Amino acid sequence: MTWEVVIGLETHAQLQTKSKIFSGASVAFGAEPNRQACAVDIALPGVLPVLNREAVVCAIRFGLAVGAEIAPRSIFARKNYFYPDLPKGYQISQFETPVVLGGGLTIHVGEHEKFVHLTRAHLEEDAGKSLHEDFHGKTGIDLNRAGTPLLEIVTEPDMCSSAEAVAYAKALHSLVTWIGICDGNMQEGSFRCDANVSVRRPGAPLGTRREIKNLNSFRFLQQAIDYEIQWQINEIEEGRKIQQATVLFDPDTGETRSMRSKEDAHDYRYFPDPDLLPLEIRPEWIAEVKAGMPELPQALQHRFQSAYGLSAYDSATLAATRDTASYYENTVLAAGSANAKLCANWVMGEVSARVNRDGLDIAAIPLAPPLLAGMVQRVADGTLSSKLAKEVFEALWNGEGKDADAIIEARGLKQVSDASAIEPLIDEVLAANQKSVEEFRAGKDKAFNALVGQIMKASKGKANPQQVNDLLRKKLSG
Amino acid sequence: MTDLIQASLKELSSALAQKKISSVELTTLFLDRIEQHNPTLNAFVTVDRDKTLAAAQAADAKIGAGGMKCPAAGTAELSPLCGIPLAHKDIFCADGWRTTCGSKMLANFIAPYSAHVVDQLNAAGMVMLGKCNMDEFAMGSSNESSFFGPVKNPWDTGCVPGGSSGGSAAAIAARLAPAATGTDTGGSIRQPAALCGLTGLKPTYGVVSRYGMIAFASSLDQGGPMAKSAEDCALLLNAMAGFDPRDSTSLERPAEDYARDLDKPLDGLRIGLPREFFGAGMDDGVRVAVEVALAEYRKLGATTVDIDLPNSSLSVPAYYVIAPAEASSNLSRFDGVRYGHRAPDYTDLNDMYAKSRAQGFGDEVKRRILIGTYVLSHGYYDAYYLKAQKIRRLIAADFQVAFKSCDVIMGPTAPSVAFRFGEKSADPVQMYLSDIYTIAVNLAGLPGMSIPCGFDRDLPVGLQIVGPWFGEARMLNVAHRYQQATDWHTRMPEAMK
Amino acid sequence: MSLSLDDVSRIARLARIEISPAEAERTRDQLNGILSFVEQLQAVNTDGIAPLAHAVDVVQRLRPDAVTESDHRAAFQAIAPETEAGLYLVPKVIE
Repeated sequence: MTWEVVIGLETHAQLQTKSKIFSGASVAFGAEPNRQACAVDIALPGVLPVLNREAVVCAIRFGLAVGAEIAPRSIFARKNYFYPDLPKGYQISQFETPVVLGGGLTIHVGEHEKFVHLTRAHLEEDAGKSLHEDFHGKTGIDLNRAGTPLLEIVTEPDMCSSAEAVAYAKALHSLVTWIGICDGNMQEGSFRCDANVSVRRPGAPLGTRREIKNLNSFRFLQQAIDYEIQWQINEIEEGRKIQQATVLFDPDTGETRSMRSKEDAHDYRYFPDPDLLPLEIRPEWIAEVKAGMPELPQALQHRFQSAYGLSAYDSATLAATRDTASYYENTVLAAGSANAKLCANWVMGEVSARVNRDGLDIAAIPLAPPLLAGMVQRVADGTLSSKLAKEVFEALWNGEGKDADAIIEARGLKQVSDASAIEPLIDEVLAANQKSVEEFRAGKDKAFNALVGQIMKASKGKANPQQVNDLLRKKLSG
Repeated sequence: MTDLIQASLKELSSALAQKKISSVELTTLFLDRIEQHNPTLNAFVTVDRDKTLAAAQAADAKIGAGGMKCPAAGTAELSPLCGIPLAHKDIFCADGWRTTCGSKMLANFIAPYSAHVVDQLNAAGMVMLGKCNMDEFAMGSSNESSFFGPVKNPWDTGCVPGGSSGGSAAAIAARLAPAATGTDTGGSIRQPAALCGLTGLKPTYGVVSRYGMIAFASSLDQGGPMAKSAEDCALLLNAMAGFDPRDSTSLERPAEDYARDLDKPLDGLRIGLPREFFGAGMDDGVRVAVEVALAEYRKLGATTVDIDLPNSSLSVPAYYVIAPAEASSNLSRFDGVRYGHRAPDYTDLNDMYAKSRAQGFGDEVKRRILIGTYVLSHGYYDAYYLKAQKIRRLIAADFQVAFKSCDVIMGPTAPSVAFRFGEKSADPVQMYLSDIYTIAVNLAGLPGMSIPCGFDRDLPVGLQIVGPWFGEARMLNVAHRYQQATDWHTRMPEAMK
Repeated sequence: MSLSLDDVSRIARLARIEISPAEAERTRDQLNGILSFVEQLQAVNTDGIAPLAHAVDVVQRLRPDAVTESDHRAAFQAIAPETEAGLYLVPKVIE
């Protein structure tokens, strides 16, 4: 019998601000415990929250990027529960009126394209961290992370496999980093997913869902969902009912297990936070944020195809990150759009290979786009052979010479297309290789290629291969 | 000596400026009175003579140097309050001072920062005499809920001083301090001011920053001055009020001089008298005193007009949904993890929470946390909290209509004079009804004050004055002109002379 | 609406306040007293009335994104019940 899987994702993206969402403490990662936890973050009696403007800007950017409605008035609410890493005994979040409503993302799984609808995205504060290593049988609490701004992005239960969930998570990850609201660092917890998973018979009402918390890699997301689906199916097939639960994924065992601490946390007693007033976002503000938005990945891919004649694959590859796209586009701007395809080949080829090999940031490599463009132009106009271009690229990469022309000049790499310079070389080679000449005349085409090779070698690779071909053929037939 | 303890802040200011007395001498006078009377009254929970005298010395140095910035008025002149001692309700955090909020939970809590109000008054050069006793977490109308024991009313030590700012009120009434800060969530400045024969002002919500003021019910809490006279309150409010970027509900408005209109004649003043405040439930002695005061106002040129606040009877029940709901959440931070009381023995984390909170909080606080938890809990939110918030709108709207036909509203501050210890503490609802005339003002965010207007059975009666939003200067003017014509505000208990 | 002893214990558990069996009945009676007092709100017709959270109708002020706080860990932890290595210690948390 078949099963249908229903998956919804809730993603917490830490927003790229300097200070916390409701306090002036730094959000920099990696400080010593509790050194970035100010009076507001540790919830001293009498302290009060004040909303960080930049966190709201991030929410607006996100709303614009996913085509959502941005609420003209949204409300912060308190989510009440006791936990040692939650200093106030409540989390400031948004409940009934979130800042972003609706919208969605297109995902690709193989050939298959799907639109994942978003329910909402809301602003909230992160909690601190509980350190479970043993302090004489106690837990240590670090509140540096408490108050870090989060955007919680909630999908409709639109996904029906772990592959779709991962494709969505990757598309979302790419988008939030693209629009600059999240650094996307999953190891540091900047981007983490909770997956709501349920199974049902086709056509049956929705099954009871279990929520897998805090998945901080795409691989864990896939493994956890796959395990959970199988577990739920087994339970039902063995005649047991699924109980709604919050579960944790253990990467060591590859299994999910119920969280004890969440057993009685189902009554959060949400109510509007009386310390905060309604958040108003006027159309003028949205317009201002919109004006500062980068071109979004999909729009950019379409433009690469129409303006530069790139294939869908090349466009998608070059638009994988904002930095790669901008490196490519700056190269084309300098090289001229007639050379767009050639530029694409070099950026996707040599440049990407080295960036990946050395783990570099493409925005910061020494080979600036105009330098690469200069070289591409010399390939395009025939000054440089493709083979020698690699040598020039290597030199440029290593910072030798001020540009491609200087390297070509200094190393004498200029391609020779002048017949008067090539002909003596041909004569020399023909004189020294009478045997090959005879073989060619006897009808062996291979011999012709051997002769071309000899001539190219004699020119130290600089002779224009086409020219050598033409002149040699003329000579042999003459 | 009687001169100095009866002197107005203006008189003290000029005595200090003219070097007739130093701040150290003046402060010592009050510290000595605290030492003498506090064992009887229990108005102060923390006094630190050395720290206080050091602040007085610093104030003397400023006066000697003759010039410092007064932050409230934004001038380069010496603040008129420089060198004058005052007491703080123990709800305001003061850096390095124990700040208890009247609770065992914070009995050993040394605040590592200061409230905005404390900063402002320190900057003005005022000298902190100590921290005043209060109902635990400001929840009470009699000061009987303090962990540090009840405060006695200086007019009759068998009676309550009112609450929750009962320590502040008793301190001023007994002339242990010339002035004090208080906070008012449902009447906690006005009701003790009435019961102790003082002048107290709760400003418009948002005029005084709540930063560093330990929260009870965030949407209702407001700090304000308590003193002998309206003129004193105006000077204090000048220093206490002002925009604070650390409080999202602090209002960004131009600074104003609340004393600017004190002497304006009252001709043409329209006083609204809510029928609902003059019905049954008020003691006859209180009614007589209030009516005599209204007659005095007519003599001063005012007219009275009957008004209606039809939903005012709902204010107490609405308040006892909204305030406990907010409090239940505000008090969750007291969990024994980062500061405050932690139970000595427990089995696990939840047991640590439950025991620390059971031991650290008193009965009234626990009751309100439980009520608040219940009204917010799943399935009850709409019926209680949302309903109360809707009724809150009706109550606030009543005042908007009323202020179309009057400039200020007057009535009794409390239904009776100070009651005896234990008289109402057995029945929470009876206690809640002590604030029947004051609570609506908090729900509507309006400014309200209480001024002394006579006596009933030798205990002071308070007249409540309510103004429209930002009507403080006008209300102070209305109170001041009355105090120019009467002397109720100058009376002090015989035993404290 | 009247609370049972079970209700009281559920609420007390949510609020993390221990109530001894000896206190439970008195607490229930007092809470029921308060609830029956606030019950009069139910009789009021509030159709079409928006809830009022703050009396003064203003919107949230926004803070510029700047780091304005410095490290006060030593002062904050001087008043803490139990700390070690800069961490607040609590009984073992089991996730």
